[in-house]
Amino acid sequence: MASLPSALRHGRAPRVPVYLLLVWTWCRASAQYPGSLALLGLAQAFSAAAELTAVLVVFGHAGELAGFTAREAMLVYGLAALAFGTADLLMGSVERIGDHIRAGSLDTLLVRPVSPLLQLAADRFSPHRLGKVVPAAAIAGYALATLDVPWTPGRAAYTPVLLASGVAICCAIWTIGACLQFFITDAREVANSVTYGGQALTEYPLAVYGREIVRAATFTVPLAFVTWQPALYLLDRPDPTGLPDALRFAPPAVAAVLCALAALAWRTGLRRYRSTGS
Amino acid sequence: MRVYCAVFALGLRRYSTYRAATAAAVFTNVVFGLINASVLLALFHARPEINGYDAADAVTHVFVAQALMGPAAVMGPPLELAERIRTGEVAVDLMRPASPLAWWLSHDMGRAAFTVAARSVPTFTAGALVFPLALPEAPAQWAWSAGALALAALIGFAFRYLYAVSGFWLLDTKGVSALSHLLAPVFAGMLIPLVLFPPPVADVLRVLPWAAMVQVPVEVFLGKDTVPGGGPAGALALQAAWAAVLLGLGALATARAARKVVVQGG
Repeated sequence: MASLPSALRHGRAPRVPVYLLLVWTWCRASAQYPGSLALLGLAQAFSAAAELTAVLVVFGHAGELAGFTAREAMLVYGLAALAFGTADLLMGSVERIGDHIRAGSLDTLLVRPVSPLLQLAADRFSPHRLGKVVPAAAIAGYALATLDVPWTPGRAAYTPVLLASGVAICCAIWTIGACLQFFITDAREVANSVTYGGQALTEYPLAVYGREIVRAATFTVPLAFVTWQPALYLLDRPDPTGLPDALRFAPPAVAAVLCALAALAWRTGLRRYRSTGS
Repeated sequence: MRVYCAVFALGLRRYSTYRAATAAAVFTNVVFGLINASVLLALFHARPEINGYDAADAVTHVFVAQALMGPAAVMGPPLELAERIRTGEVAVDLMRPASPLAWWLSHDMGRAAFTVAARSVPTFTAGALVFPLALPEAPAQWAWSAGALALAALIGFAFRYLYAVSGFWLLDTKGVSALSHLLAPVFAGMLIPLVLFPPPVADVLRVLPWAAMVQVPVEVFLGKDTVPGGGPAGALALQAAWAAVLLGLGALATARAARKVVVQGG
């Protein structure tokens, strides 16, 4: 046990080093099957390429949809894949909580002196998910570089904030979805329809779906703040569905509220948790 | 033969116990159907006709594809056989006086039969309630479609059987499964209808075995004369040919593997 940091041997451990240690452990574990790791990474990159192709094929036929050109749709796709890919990398493992509850292995996590949410997030950390994040960043970067974005210092400073907010919103949605499994053990698929379904929805400029969906994605499950509002801000254009322009400055606040809700959901779920006893 | 009927019934019964998971799967299929259909409706609003598809065809395509998600298992689940090969439990399967291919085929067809009733029908009905779909009029067309559905399920099994037995050589088939479950929806016409691709690309993709799981059954359902094979009979023949090729490969791989298998661990 020499490789464990001393803090882990003496009570509650600091979060970041333990998280990194767990992540590194799982990275080394997946490197034990290098063939599978390479294929998994490649699969992720292919899926990004395929989804982008679908977006480009649709816009290739239509020319323009809801006032968005193919290049602008590419930016929206890049933002969506980047936010969801990064959230999947950081928090994707949390959706396996139902399996842990059923198998009784959540108890093991609870007796360790490290935050159980942190352990869950690092559990089976999958470096192959970078296979999606890297191409997504490249796609968004390429679209931003070739589009006529009116860059100002303020815009350049706010862009990373928008990206981080998008990732935080996705992480929070993922965690809240996973917490549903404390209450309904088979809820994983339902949560998937919000997490993966959310990604599918935000891959296209939201206005394509019509006003009602834009309203729903703004005021109920706030997916509009992951790609739609950031894209409107970056392209500096008014909301075609008539919502106020001020909303594009809301993503950080939305992210903060959702993260607080996720924390609340996690605590409520954990307090309600009764071990299966097996 | 009786043993395979028993395994079929077992597969059917086993999956029918996961009621909440089935309901959740239907919900997910419907949500994805609604999202895909909305995008295509927006597209066909801008261009009313693309490569022989109109808006009703496209929306029907989306919901037939979502209905095929269960029986053809285009995006998984992988066969349990894969995990049994990794853990070595497959040694027990190989000792049984039954062909592993036929054993797992019966089991998976049981699963597929259950998903047709419990997932495909509700998913498609939900789609039909929300959007005007292009339904077959002639009873014969319904019969052809049912045949295409059965063959799609058979091909879906054959693919997953090949991925599973690749574990005899690769040990861990997670990479193979993940790759195929991400690529198959694209080549099958699940992500977007294959006819939307430029015609030279689409013509190649539509005769590949992946298309035989979604695109070909959809075109049979829509009654398109442009379906690969020139009509429903030709389309089903194409599907049957791919099923035979893939199952043949599976049988070959099983025979090879049985000769080399060494059970790890103890």
